[in-house]
Amino acid sequence: MTSLHRKLLRDVARMWPQLAAAALVIACGIATLTMSLSTVASLERARSTFYERYRFPHVFAHVKRAPDSVAAQLADIPGVLRVRTRVAVEVTLDVPGLDEPASGRMISIPDRAPFGLSELHLSRGRLPEPGHPGEVVASQAFAEAHGFQPGAEISAVINGRLERLTIVGIGLSPEYVYQVRPGDVLPDDKRFGVFWMPDRELAPAFDMDGAFNDIVISITSRASLPDVLARVDRITEPWGGQGAHGRDQQTSDRYISDELKQLRGIAKLPPTIFLCASAFILNIVFSRLVRNQREQIAALKAFGYGRFAIAAHYLEMALLVAAVGAVVGLTIGSRLGEIVTAMYARFYRFPVFEFRLSRLAVVIAIGVGLTAAMLGTLASVRRAASLAPAEAMRPEAPPDYRRTLLERLGLQRLFSPAGRMVVRHLERQPLRALATCAGISLATAVLIVGSFVHGSLMYLIGFIFFTTQRQDVTVTFVEPASPRAAHEVAALPGVLESEPFRAVAARIRAGPRSRLQGVTGLPARPRLNRVVDQDERPVPMPHSGLLLSDGLADILDVREGDIVTLEVLEGQRPTLDVPVEAIVRTYAGTAAYMERSAINRLMNEGDVISGAAIRVDPDARDRLYRTLKQTPRVASVNIKLAALDSFRKTIAENVLRMRLFNLTFASIIAFGVIYNSARVSLAERAHELATLRILGFTRAEVSTILLGELAVLMLAAIGPGLLLGRLLAGLVTNLLGGETVRIPLMIRPSTYAFAVIVIVLATLVSGMVVRRGIDRLDLVAVLKTKG
Amino acid sequence: MARVTSIAMATRQPQAPPGAAVFEARGITKIYRMGEVEVHALRGVDLDLYAAEMVVLLGPSGSGKSTLLNILGGLDVPTAGAVHYRDHDLTRFDDAALTRYRRDHVGFVFQFYNLIPSLTAAENVSLVTDIARDPLPAREALSLVGLADRADHFPSQLSGGEQQRVAIARAVAKRPEVLLCDEPTGALDVKTGVLVLEAITTINRELGTTTAVITHNAVISQIADRVISLSAGRIASVQTNDHKVEAGALTW
Repeated sequence: MTSLHRKLLRDVARMWPQLAAAALVIACGIATLTMSLSTVASLERARSTFYERYRFPHVFAHVKRAPDSVAAQLADIPGVLRVRTRVAVEVTLDVPGLDEPASGRMISIPDRAPFGLSELHLSRGRLPEPGHPGEVVASQAFAEAHGFQPGAEISAVINGRLERLTIVGIGLSPEYVYQVRPGDVLPDDKRFGVFWMPDRELAPAFDMDGAFNDIVISITSRASLPDVLARVDRITEPWGGQGAHGRDQQTSDRYISDELKQLRGIAKLPPTIFLCASAFILNIVFSRLVRNQREQIAALKAFGYGRFAIAAHYLEMALLVAAVGAVVGLTIGSRLGEIVTAMYARFYRFPVFEFRLSRLAVVIAIGVGLTAAMLGTLASVRRAASLAPAEAMRPEAPPDYRRTLLERLGLQRLFSPAGRMVVRHLERQPLRALATCAGISLATAVLIVGSFVHGSLMYLIGFIFFTTQRQDVTVTFVEPASPRAAHEVAALPGVLESEPFRAVAARIRAGPRSRLQGVTGLPARPRLNRVVDQDERPVPMPHSGLLLSDGLADILDVREGDIVTLEVLEGQRPTLDVPVEAIVRTYAGTAAYMERSAINRLMNEGDVISGAAIRVDPDARDRLYRTLKQTPRVASVNIKLAALDSFRKTIAENVLRMRLFNLTFASIIAFGVIYNSARVSLAERAHELATLRILGFTRAEVSTILLGELAVLMLAAIGPGLLLGRLLAGLVTNLLGGETVRIPLMIRPSTYAFAVIVIVLATLVSGMVVRRGIDRLDLVAVLKTKG
Repeated sequence: MARVTSIAMATRQPQAPPGAAVFEARGITKIYRMGEVEVHALRGVDLDLYAAEMVVLLGPSGSGKSTLLNILGGLDVPTAGAVHYRDHDLTRFDDAALTRYRRDHVGFVFQFYNLIPSLTAAENVSLVTDIARDPLPAREALSLVGLADRADHFPSQLSGGEQQRVAIARAVAKRPEVLLCDEPTGALDVKTGVLVLEAITTINRELGTTTAVITHNAVISQIADRVISLSAGRIASVQTNDHKVEAGALTW
């Protein structure tokens, strides 16, 4: 080891708290970067492997009922590789141990694997066997939520009859990696499950002998997806085709893609913030270091050390900091990645979903960490390398102080001498003051970004479950029903209020854009299923015309007043040009609304309904549930309280955990920036402050000067910091917003208050450390050295 | 005995050594800015330094002696004029060449020692021996200045005189051809100052190193072969000492 290396190590040992702060902030940046990049890679790998091995289809279509012969027509479409037709139906389940009814999706399978497309991964048990009626494979998420093993039994209302089903296998399907009931935001594995049952049993039960109602298709890599979709639509139209779509509108895949998009977004923002902060901290530490070691550098140069040797010396220190940051960051990052992957594994069910530290992520993380360290220290290193030795030998010219603007305006009486020192010092180095302010602002902003999501989600819960969906239960019928059904619902036990709705499958076109989108018909002034505008005021249903959700309006690129084409994909399949009456607010998924009577007119049908939203007397809830479990007409039951519970539980588990990480990281930045600024101020002014002490100033008076400066900077930084926080939070909501769920930008006053408190606390603690430094000033030693 | 040695030294060293000039400086001018003030540090200085000679540059503060020394040592470049070190024109050297020159030929001693506080005495010396071509072992250099037993002490554990002697050991460990000392006793009391000067004269005598010592203390000029006085950036006088005095005999 050369003497210069020894100097390096001893300098590091002496300055370790400051360097450790910088390394820690770099580590945070690298950790978030590694975590997100590796999780993206792990999730992508799990998805592509599962999709490939289990033949995830490219095209999905639902029809009312088509004869098996149609399958051959579909297979003849140019570019089509494989076709699998099947029966898929929604059923109501009675699950042992569950008071309320659950919903199930039953999908028919051939007797033997492979099925050709959308294969099942059996994690336990076996496929149903011929000669054993009532055997099913249950989705793993559902089975796990109930602790079901092969052999467990549940009941389902199958075509009006309550049937006993025996779970003989537990499986995973590439179509249900993310298993969520249509219309829900988050999975509710206890109350929604997917079941696979042999075709020979399911088809007859639903009057589908020799027929099917669901199609999946795979295409060759050269086939044109739009062409295939158009041809499938043409072939299925006579059979009540509800429009074919690609993977982009497949619910499970949509969620995974959104998640990947968010993760990729996350991979950029926080690391950028952390690495900026670390560059900032290194900048203040190193500029101070180089100033402090001016004479040492001059001496080294006098002995014949060249500029490169000097530059290398300081760069090595920066690289050491970056290297420590990288090692710590990679360690934390891969641990975080494991935690996040485990968290994902509960929502995204793959046969194999392991966290693997992506090599690319490691390379990128280290590269970015080193770059941040370089950027932060480059100016100082250059100054050190180009320092003219003879100049460094001369005592520095006294710093160039002037009367401040305030004093020139004649306001000096307002300031004590200490106050004047503070103001003049700040005015003399406006860039430094500005940089410190910027650092503190950034820390404030990060605190807000790290904690606002929880408030936003609470707001989202309020919006979804209280502002808009005011019902307790939503019941959907197997088939559209007559008004008598509405009366029956109203007469169910405990029903206080019921609001029928009509839902039809449709496609909405606007110019070249189109979207498969069910339209919901509601009463003119819905009381339970409310629809609200951007200001959250209830919007009445237009007599004619459509209400589109903001997400859908974006996809179709339409505004209020535009005309869109509505193609209904049921019944007589009417097509109609309708105006967009208003854009309404939703945060989850997309939606289109009309007045119910308008849909009935359009469909040329009577007063037909698809289901009803109901408000329930809490005391009669159990009786209602028992009745619903056995009502043949009911295809699915959505219970708000249950959904709300699962939503809250998920948020409590995951968001709070992430919030803890975020806050830890944000606090590290806040302390790192403020502590280092304070330390550097003390070091730079030790001589001046010691002189004041010798002149008879008390410790408190001397501290006031230094801490006053810190306080002024902090106060100046908080306002812009809060603003920056809001901006960054807006950016984060954009990054997090997918088609499936969008996070509202809602920052609670408590979030702002919290950020301010942490910053003030960081300043106080840093101030205390610096105050101890002032108390320990060695007056004589300070005065013995050259200024 | 000291007197006999000094006389012997005086007689051995010719008053104007013929043709063996290590440095030849002609018309050196140096102007620099300090804050808002322009300082004329040197105003056309001509100077020769000879091999193995001990020169004292005498003058009040601000007379330009440090600037002159820095230029000779390749730490600074003149605004105008030429400086030759042996066959080399220092004014034509770029930064890399000046660095090379300092590394290979020059030893510096500063008024404020400029030791690296984070390195021990021996390590401070190693700092130079690490990059020198044919250095003395660090501990041997420390023995030369009588500090062999303080080798593992940090600067903060050494007295001012000891620190300065470490600085001298550090300067001579590379066996430089020239030793440039800027107010080496400026921050020291008489007793330690004398110890430091003894170390410098010993080096000059035993290693034959051309040595220039800056001081504003006229007493110190008695140890020199020649005394060059500067005033207001010009050479005021050059005196040759007929009777050099041993450093140990000085007092002020």
